[in-house]
Amino acid sequence: MHTACIEACDLMKSFQGRKVVDGLSFEVEKGQVFGLLGHNGAGKSTTIEMLLGLKKPDGGKAFIQGQEAAKHRKEVFEKVGVQFQSSSYQVAIRVGEVCMEHAALYRNPADYRKLLEEFGLSGLEKSRVEKLSGGERQKLSVVLALIGNPEIVFLDELTTGLDVAARREVWRTLRNLKNNGLAVFLTTHYMEEAQILCDRILLLRNGRKIAEGTVEEVVQSSPYDNLEEAYLWYMGEEVEL
Amino acid sequence: MKRFLKLYSIEQKLFFRSADVFIFNLCMPVAALVLIALIAGEKAAGDSGMTYFQSAFAALTSVGICCSAFMSILIVMVDYRDKKILKHFYCSPCSPVWILGADILCSAVMAALSALLVWLTATAGFGYRMEGNVLLFIGAWLLTLTSMFSIGLMIAALCRTVKTMNVVTSLVYFPMLLLSGTMIPYELFPKGLQRAVDVMPLTQGVKLMKAASVGIWPESVCGSAILLIVITVLCGSISVKSFRWE
Repeated sequence: MHTACIEACDLMKSFQGRKVVDGLSFEVEKGQVFGLLGHNGAGKSTTIEMLLGLKKPDGGKAFIQGQEAAKHRKEVFEKVGVQFQSSSYQVAIRVGEVCMEHAALYRNPADYRKLLEEFGLSGLEKSRVEKLSGGERQKLSVVLALIGNPEIVFLDELTTGLDVAARREVWRTLRNLKNNGLAVFLTTHYMEEAQILCDRILLLRNGRKIAEGTVEEVVQSSPYDNLEEAYLWYMGEEVEL
Repeated sequence: MKRFLKLYSIEQKLFFRSADVFIFNLCMPVAALVLIALIAGEKAAGDSGMTYFQSAFAALTSVGICCSAFMSILIVMVDYRDKKILKHFYCSPCSPVWILGADILCSAVMAALSALLVWLTATAGFGYRMEGNVLLFIGAWLLTLTSMFSIGLMIAALCRTVKTMNVVTSLVYFPMLLLSGTMIPYELFPKGLQRAVDVMPLTQGVKLMKAASVGIWPESVCGSAILLIVITVLCGSISVKSFRWE
């Protein structure tokens, strides 16, 4: 049986003549945590936006649960949660209010109070979102991505800019999600993050796939024995310490 | 519908938390009415056949419209686009139209509250009774509201960044507020300036409301009404056509 919940087939996208995504194909299975790794500008966010139907690919197709997101927006997004890189919120809105707003968008939303509790944010329901720390805010964005009871979540550089403790806390919550059988599509440039969370990873360089597999497989196909060295080798940027 | 109302009620709360909205929409027109009443209330306003108070009443009920159309709507739309809030709504079973609809409704409610406060102050504080037709006045107010909102929405659709929005807001909002006869009585302007500010759509809306409020209908009123309808249709369709949520 075909169990891919996200499918990219030969995706292409150029901006002003520059190829940003170049013939990218991959599949994500149900319940899998899939990591898209690459430098800034490698095409990670553009790939996510094409998967979600926010940007029209110049070539190729993308499917979420067998459907193109742009054509079947309502059905697709009942089951998909999204967190965007560096998103922000209305001025003066409180944590509880932003949760209620998101819950109002779905037919069968999750109990946001339970989610806040799970993520250690329940004491902050009355706090203004702008007063939250970086870690709390990122955890809130995960809560919002989960409010619609999704089967797949997209997380775009969720932990960029967080301190070590906050990053670990976010990782712990993502691991719990993984254990609950949720499919997660994440982009990151932290190798440790990929190692801890991802079932499969794909390395992207200038919009092209240069390696794909489990972390072990990707490391074994390189002359190195850890992901960070292997990553730099794949990127052609080995740096002697 | 229930879900839309939930969204609306939260956005409306946010409007009440904004100091700008509170000061410009609710306090400023009432303060201006009290001042004009105390300074020149019973004096005849030029050859308009109205007293300054009657003229100011109709004009000041449109200040809320001006603030909502050229401040609230613009800021909300451009800011929400910039903060990727609209993008978030796109990636949900609803669409960005939901939050935009909720915020347009909030802006209209604030404009109505502003007009109501002016009306209450005028009747309770200064014994004002409308000589003209109340229903026609409300009709004129609603026509002014829809036409000004359609201009605001068009600007919001055409402004791509917060920076351009800020410049355009200052260029549109303040001249409209000061020169279209809303804050400063139109009758005080020299004839030349009156002809110049007649170009502003809000001036035409204010003229229409004044006419309805005192029941004196100059010939030009029909032209004002047609102009406002044309603006609504034209700017409304441009804003729908050129709207970008990202």
